[in-house]
Amino acid sequence: MIPFTMDGQPVEGKEGGNLLEVALDAGIDIPHLCYHESVKSYGACRLCLVEVVRHGRSRMTTSCTYPVQKDIEVHTRTEKVLRARRMIMELILAMCPGDKLIQDMALEMGIKEVRFKKEDKDCILCGLCARVCDEVVGAHAIQFASRGDRREMIPPFSGEAMNCIACGACVVACPVDVIRMKEEGDERTIVRWKRTLKMKQCKVCGNYFAPWFQVEKIREQAHLAKDFFDVCYSCRG
Amino acid sequence: MGRLSSPQALEKVRDEILKKRDPHQPLITVCGGTGCHASGCHQVVDAFRKVLQEQAKSDGVGFRVTGCHGFCERGPLVVIHPQKIMYQRVKPEDVPGIFQETVLDGKVIESLLYEHPTTGERISTEEEVPFYKKQMRIIFGNNGSIDPTQIEDYIAVGGYRALPKALFTMKPEEVIREVKKANLRGRGGGGFPAGLKWEQCRNAPGDIRYVICNADEGDPGAYMDRSLLEGNPHSVLEGMIIGAYAIGSPEGYIYVRNEYPLAVENVGVAISQARDLGLLGKDILGSGFDFDVRVSRGGGAFVCGESTALMSSIEGNVGEPRAKHIHTVASGLWDRPTNLNNVETWANVPVIIDHGADWYSRIGTEGSKGTKIFSVVGKVNNTGLVEVPMGITLREIVYEIGGGIPDGKKFKAVQTGGPSGGCIPESLMNLTVDFDRLTEAGSMMGSGGMIVMDESTCMVDVAKYFMNFLKDESCGKCTSCREGTKRMHELLTEITEGRGTLDHIDLLEELGWVTMEASLCALGGTAPNPVLSTIRYFRDEYKEHILNKRCPAKVCRAFLKYRILSDVCSMCGRCAKACPAEAISGKVKKKKEKGIPFAIDETKCIKCGMCFESCKFEAVEVQ
Repeated sequence: MIPFTMDGQPVEGKEGGNLLEVALDAGIDIPHLCYHESVKSYGACRLCLVEVVRHGRSRMTTSCTYPVQKDIEVHTRTEKVLRARRMIMELILAMCPGDKLIQDMALEMGIKEVRFKKEDKDCILCGLCARVCDEVVGAHAIQFASRGDRREMIPPFSGEAMNCIACGACVVACPVDVIRMKEEGDERTIVRWKRTLKMKQCKVCGNYFAPWFQVEKIREQAHLAKDFFDVCYSCRG
Repeated sequence: MGRLSSPQALEKVRDEILKKRDPHQPLITVCGGTGCHASGCHQVVDAFRKVLQEQAKSDGVGFRVTGCHGFCERGPLVVIHPQKIMYQRVKPEDVPGIFQETVLDGKVIESLLYEHPTTGERISTEEEVPFYKKQMRIIFGNNGSIDPTQIEDYIAVGGYRALPKALFTMKPEEVIREVKKANLRGRGGGGFPAGLKWEQCRNAPGDIRYVICNADEGDPGAYMDRSLLEGNPHSVLEGMIIGAYAIGSPEGYIYVRNEYPLAVENVGVAISQARDLGLLGKDILGSGFDFDVRVSRGGGAFVCGESTALMSSIEGNVGEPRAKHIHTVASGLWDRPTNLNNVETWANVPVIIDHGADWYSRIGTEGSKGTKIFSVVGKVNNTGLVEVPMGITLREIVYEIGGGIPDGKKFKAVQTGGPSGGCIPESLMNLTVDFDRLTEAGSMMGSGGMIVMDESTCMVDVAKYFMNFLKDESCGKCTSCREGTKRMHELLTEITEGRGTLDHIDLLEELGWVTMEASLCALGGTAPNPVLSTIRYFRDEYKEHILNKRCPAKVCRAFLKYRILSDVCSMCGRCAKACPAEAISGKVKKKKEKGIPFAIDETKCIKCGMCFESCKFEAVEVQ
């Protein structure tokens, strides 16, 4: 474990770890949107800014991408940090004024009004859905398209995401809860990725429990027996 | 020529090439650079080829299409050797005359010479033209004398002399020491000491090291890397080979944007020629050192000029920068130690090794050594590429080399460093060109774009233009950069459309600060420069837009009013015909009929300025 200080308190982090996870473990609250412990740090939302003093020089950086190092001093609530976070939060709120989580976070930071033209987007472009899909699920179904202010998270060529297994990991990962999953009869749909898949029926209880495409893929990857998914999770003794 | 297996064999080849070339024989060179291409040099080239084919007396007359000479304003350029007579704005029909009178009879054609703008004197040689006089062309100078597709031409001017010197008389550490001693700083914009970077890369643990040449020049109006790669690709290659030897790298990449087709082509030709001669590949010149280069063509994203985005792009991924807490010299391309330098930086290397660091470091200032190539464009008489010693003042570049502002207009600002550079006002024109001085003034050296602006340029509009470019070209990953540039553009648009308040300026400054401080890469880190520097030096102009709803430069349409002066109007009706909005009415004066002076209906006017352009009597007034 590597020791350093955070807001004057001695803390320690493991080699290869980042400052944000150390802070969260130590109970130091740093706002963040694009960080998730199950995937690699990305550094897109820029909310988790902190000031790091190293070799006598101070700089602002995102704590999720900054590696744990010895002899650093981390300051998570300096005036500079709070000032920058507030503006970033305001920018996100102006982009997605309808997101409940964004509204709450903004309010907590003392942002009462938005000084920019409000847009009606819902996606905050954190990229968590795509990263979970890549790194955890391994389906690589979605990715960012375009650059600059035209950047968006869409299924390939705005059509159906043909690699999507409708597992719903992105639905769970999305911090602003804008990826919807719908189940009707024997079909499951991930609305945002325009993907609808037939579900498999449990031989015991008769419930539709998971998309065919998903269970087949998992069965292949995990070298499971052909009849492994004939029975649903609940009925499997 | 086959593969050369020793430095002696290379020298023998050089001797043979030089023996075949008589410096007293006439030689015609035509600039084939991008600027001259645009002004029709290929037709001049065809005309010369035709004359040379037809004329019996053309035996022994050399002909060469060279790289960019730099003086693009005056293209197509033709230089006749050995007298070095420079003809400018040459047309195909001038060619037979040039051949007969100058090449054969040795006479000068006065009308094709450059005319001194103030004295009116005709100047016959390149060196005497004021545009070239103040320059110091140690990197760019050979462009005019070599055909970039002929390795012999590069060898003839002393090319590939530094390479054997490095390989056979210097240890890799000595090469690094020499480059460090010369204090070569990265010409791509950051100004990081190249020698230090090389050393860090050499010392980083890893099985393979890579060297990369960054030729993803993407600033609007800048084309120095392009012209260098197009006009003298071997100088860049030689620099890379020497660098690779110093670092211990077996493999290099030239990342060049595909929108530079001639650069892609010429560098490809250069690589295969160098391979054929054994200057690239296994056992270079019999030294035992192996190195080869591949060309990687970029899709044209501005952000791919950022080193980590560039490496990501070479790897086949989206060009998106990543955090550099672990430097690319330790973990870059494919997570291996990688040394990236810009085209111009690499081209400086052979010069340093050949002439020595002591010679090199005598040029320039304390902190910035050597020369820098700038593309001087915009509202300036002599647009083109100029290479100047570090430490020259901006005034000298704009007025002496650039020839000042056209049409008797007043200078307003010069923007250095490309889209993320800053605008420097008249009061700072004695600022010297130096990495540190430019940064202190709120701008930056950048890769060497220099856009001159005069009184008819609106600074708010300029800031808006660059924000529009950057909001499109940001990769879009960081909220601060993506949303920051977008919102700055939005606020600037509101100001130029008459909807601005004084709060807009404060908000722009706050946004600029956050974009700069909170973004991951240098694109976001420098993106607010055009906004912050124009607010810093031209705050009054912002206030004019906001408080008095007036654009002093008469650029921002929302504030313009077009009016036809009825006493000046000749009643010809041209303006009414030109108006696309049918906002102008009146009656055309005819022989027997009386006319009615034309007038603009403000409610219909779309402020396009067509009436102003079309009027031959200066009857249209802009307020």
